Amino acid sequence: MTNSPGRAEKLSSSAGSVVYDADVLVLGGGPAGTWAAISAAEQGARVVLADKGFCGTSGATAAAGTGVWYVDPVPERREAAMASREKLGGYLQDRRWMARVLDRTYAQSNQLADWGYPYPDDDDGRPQRNSLQGPEYMRLMRKRTKQAGVTILDHSPALELLVDGNGVVAGAAGLRRQKGDRWVVNAKAVVIATGGCAFLSKTLGSNVLTGDGYLLAAEAGAEFTSMEFSNAYAISPAFGSVTKTLFYSWASFTDEQGSVIPGASSKGGRSVIARALRKGPVYAQLDQADAATQRHMRASQPNFFLPFDRTGIDPFTQRFPITLRLEGTVRGTGGLRIIDDSCATTVPGLYAAGDAATRELICGGFTGGGSHNAAWAMSSGYWAGHGAAEFARQLGTTIGRQAFRRGAVGLRSGNGRPLQGGALARSVQDEVFPYELNYFREAGRLGESLARLDALWLDASTADAPSEQELLRGREAAAMLATARWMYRSALARQESRGMHRRDDYPGQDDRYLHFVTTGGLDEVWTSARPLASAQYAEAAE
Amino acid sequence: MIEVIDTEHCTACDICVSVCPTNVFDKTDGIPRIARQSDCQTCFLCELYCPEDALFVSPFADAPQTVDVAALKEATLLGSYRRAVGWVEESRHLRAADRSYRLFGH
Repeated sequence: MTNSPGRAEKLSSSAGSVVYDADVLVLGGGPAGTWAAISAAEQGARVVLADKGFCGTSGATAAAGTGVWYVDPVPERREAAMASREKLGGYLQDRRWMARVLDRTYAQSNQLADWGYPYPDDDDGRPQRNSLQGPEYMRLMRKRTKQAGVTILDHSPALELLVDGNGVVAGAAGLRRQKGDRWVVNAKAVVIATGGCAFLSKTLGSNVLTGDGYLLAAEAGAEFTSMEFSNAYAISPAFGSVTKTLFYSWASFTDEQGSVIPGASSKGGRSVIARALRKGPVYAQLDQADAATQRHMRASQPNFFLPFDRTGIDPFTQRFPITLRLEGTVRGTGGLRIIDDSCATTVPGLYAAGDAATRELICGGFTGGGSHNAAWAMSSGYWAGHGAAEFARQLGTTIGRQAFRRGAVGLRSGNGRPLQGGALARSVQDEVFPYELNYFREAGRLGESLARLDALWLDASTADAPSEQELLRGREAAAMLATARWMYRSALARQESRGMHRRDDYPGQDDRYLHFVTTGGLDEVWTSARPLASAQYAEAAE
Repeated sequence: MIEVIDTEHCTACDICVSVCPTNVFDKTDGIPRIARQSDCQTCFLCELYCPEDALFVSPFADAPQTVDVAALKEATLLGSYRRAVGWVEESRHLRAADRSYRLFGH
């Protein structure tokens, strides 16, 4: 039996700010955040969840449909599911983590079914649980989060972490952007579930994902890993936001004249599409989908058809222009480094879940789709919430504890010039969107880009805080900038091609790089090599 | 991007103001205002949550469009996404219509 959780306590709401006292604060209200909040509340913790947007619609999942890495607990099927991914991921995965994520995802999915998620049955009446409709899933998760006694703060982006004199995380502070004031949550543990960073590329549902949680965690000293695996691009209609790369496996790809582009494909041929897009427009047509497949697509993913139905295009019989939108670390595998089974980070009291955390443990250097990321969100959310609640319990009373604000860039007074978030965000996009910089990487181009990014950082980190209305935009842009610098430093450090990371100057996989790249730092960005868990076990056995 | 709040059907319930993840709408004394259209990420979720089918999101993510509301109504495009995912009474069965399991592994 778990304790019936008390609610987080609202301490005061003096002019200009509201203060809460909680055991666990969860930042981010997507799948990982809601699972973390529910899990912490089930442990008896008093929980606050703060979302930048609206818990239930925020994030990459809510707007989309997602596969889920749900595999029946049959040993041969589990083995095949793990083995099938190892080559794609560049052999960086950890079997122990894959197995525990498969177990946990199975349990969480079945929990969703018990909560009433409308999973379909197949023609033989067997329930099918390897796909979730984002709006339906996240509407249910919001409801269950509230029912668990969690206090949800919507439209309440976090700006910075609070840390005590011993370096232990003590909460966070942020904005209530629809009320025009501030919030502070004093908490004994914090879960970062703010998603990855897609650099405002308008890939579906991802414009809330600007790496905000990375920045505030880095300011408290957190480390990152696998940030070189951050150059996933998704196919969408050139004019639209709906990315559903799976459906393009039934597509043919043609150039302006209508000639088929040799080698172009959604799987294994997306780099060909990127190269073709540098020369001119590329068109797709889903002409390989038969009538039954077309019906299944319509039933499974109604949002995929909105751009077509609303512009009078039949995607099965007509060509339409496509583009590739950067998904960055949302569909990459890099993120906050976690150091144990409870998804603790290197900062005491700070936990990470979902796309904000690295997915290297189950995906290595490639994810390819929602499936593994969705499984990771459920699993890591569950573990991080549990771990944070346990940390809070062991910490005991914190009355009288002093907390210090750790935010810096865009929040303090500087050289008299306010941080220009909008302009900075565009400058960062100019470094991470171009295929010749990010998709196809090379030492010279990466180095030049880093020099420009470092100069932007010097400028941003010495700027004044912008006005209250521009504060969030400034912090978002600074987070994008920090993310880009970790990405490219890590990309320089990996002098090979592996997973999604491809180097024009090192096109092959090189076993001297069969390790993880750790990175961190803000004014000075550093990288270091870290052995795989399997290598550590081997050493210990010797 | 969000283009239309249909004044004929909007009841000023302000649900769109709450649910928009990128905070595009502002409350007013009457019906909400599209205050920051360029922040719209074209996720269509405001449309999905609008109980009156009063909103229309144009599929063009990067540029505003001129939209003819009468033509949208004529083409029954208002509320079409809600009906397609089963978030209205008459199509509730579609909530469990997901056939992704037939598409994976292609």
